[in-house]
Amino acid sequence: MAEHVAILGGGTGGTVLANDLADRLDAEIDAGDVEVTLINDDPDHVYKPVWLYVPFGQREPPDGRRPLRELVDDRIDLTIDRVTGIDADAKELALRDGPGSLAYDHLVVATGSTLAPAEIPGLAEAGHDYYSESGALALRDELLSMTEGHLVLSVIGTPHMCPAAPLEFVFMADDWLRERGLRDEVDVTYTYPINRVHGNPHIGEWAEPIMEERDIDTETFFNAESVDPDAKTITSMEGTELDYDLLAAIPPHRGVDAVDEAGLGDRGWVDVDKHTLEAERADDVYALGDAATTGVPKAGSVAHYQAGVVAERLASEVRGRPATATYDGKTLCFIETGMDAASFVEFDYENAPSPAPASEKLHWSKLAYNESYWLTARGLL
Amino acid sequence: MAETDIDPTDTVDARGAACPGPLMDLIGWVRSADPGDVVLLLSDNDRSLTDVSEWIDETDNDLLAVDESGDGYGFYVEVA
Repeated sequence: MAEHVAILGGGTGGTVLANDLADRLDAEIDAGDVEVTLINDDPDHVYKPVWLYVPFGQREPPDGRRPLRELVDDRIDLTIDRVTGIDADAKELALRDGPGSLAYDHLVVATGSTLAPAEIPGLAEAGHDYYSESGALALRDELLSMTEGHLVLSVIGTPHMCPAAPLEFVFMADDWLRERGLRDEVDVTYTYPINRVHGNPHIGEWAEPIMEERDIDTETFFNAESVDPDAKTITSMEGTELDYDLLAAIPPHRGVDAVDEAGLGDRGWVDVDKHTLEAERADDVYALGDAATTGVPKAGSVAHYQAGVVAERLASEVRGRPATATYDGKTLCFIETGMDAASFVEFDYENAPSPAPASEKLHWSKLAYNESYWLTARGLL
Repeated sequence: MAETDIDPTDTVDARGAACPGPLMDLIGWVRSADPGDVVLLLSDNDRSLTDVSEWIDETDNDLLAVDESGDGYGFYVEVA
């Protein structure tokens, strides 16, 4: 009987992993000794970094969608369904639509992040975001009609997807409004939950003077408690109230309920060993990308690198050898500093980030990578 | 401060988390707590010594004690 690897989630981590396994274990799969199933509840693969550009009219949501079937190797069993339950003791998955349960020998949880704006009273009604297709489109409409007033970008949920994106948004908004001759009429404020403008102190120290130079106001130690859609105010746990005309927020994030219900971790994030990526509360379970609590950013590059580690470990395990590959925390990130300039950081568990001087070349490198991302998803880059 | 005899309502174990994880775990707990609840935050990150006390100063919550007798730190925070 074939050894069965089940991958939950067809985002960056799950898709790169599936294609890596198809390549790495091609002989075993072709011989019928190994079977790999990728389960996703959407027939499309979604590349979320596109959404940052939607509010500024530079990209459209369909630019970030492609059918998973076109991206995933034919050796992979692609199942479009939603996993509603994980029984890590019986090694079985419950599916919403599929007949019966699905047994596995090895499970990889790559279920990503979901947004939970309802955790903050008033946020769902009043706040806009660019962390979803619908949110990015609604924010675009609001931004296009904004000619004066107060734009507030509030980072509410942490951890959240792409920790650089809030900085990128205010840098881009500042530049975009200047280019349109509206910056003098629109005040921009950035709020952050801790006592600096970014979770990583090195990136925070780099970003703060840029904000000052661009006249972007900052409110640190600002943990949003509620939003009043009628009064157009956002109030923090620390007692600060801000008036806004347009609120762009990073909502609280969660993983998926099935992870909590399976006892694999809290808020839908799987507790893992940050080097081996093995789940701490179950055997033969890995987690990667946003779903794994490694302490590194919830970012595509992280999911990409972690997928390579998990693929190598799984290949060792199905071949009966000790798994030795480990994840070192490697993270790469481009950071837009305007509409035509970007910086770049690279760091890991041992080495802190040191943002590169912003340049047009790095901006175009970011855009070029966004185009070539589809090669990454297919396991080619 | 040394060991305490405070009986916390709950314990948040953030040992192993990188900065600002422990502080964000604390803030997340306080969000859903009731006035008078006491949380014990465990952290082995030195930066928590400043992060936690600076955040408490911004709020009406109280830092009752910091236990430094173990491997890391134990912050006892009472919700206002």
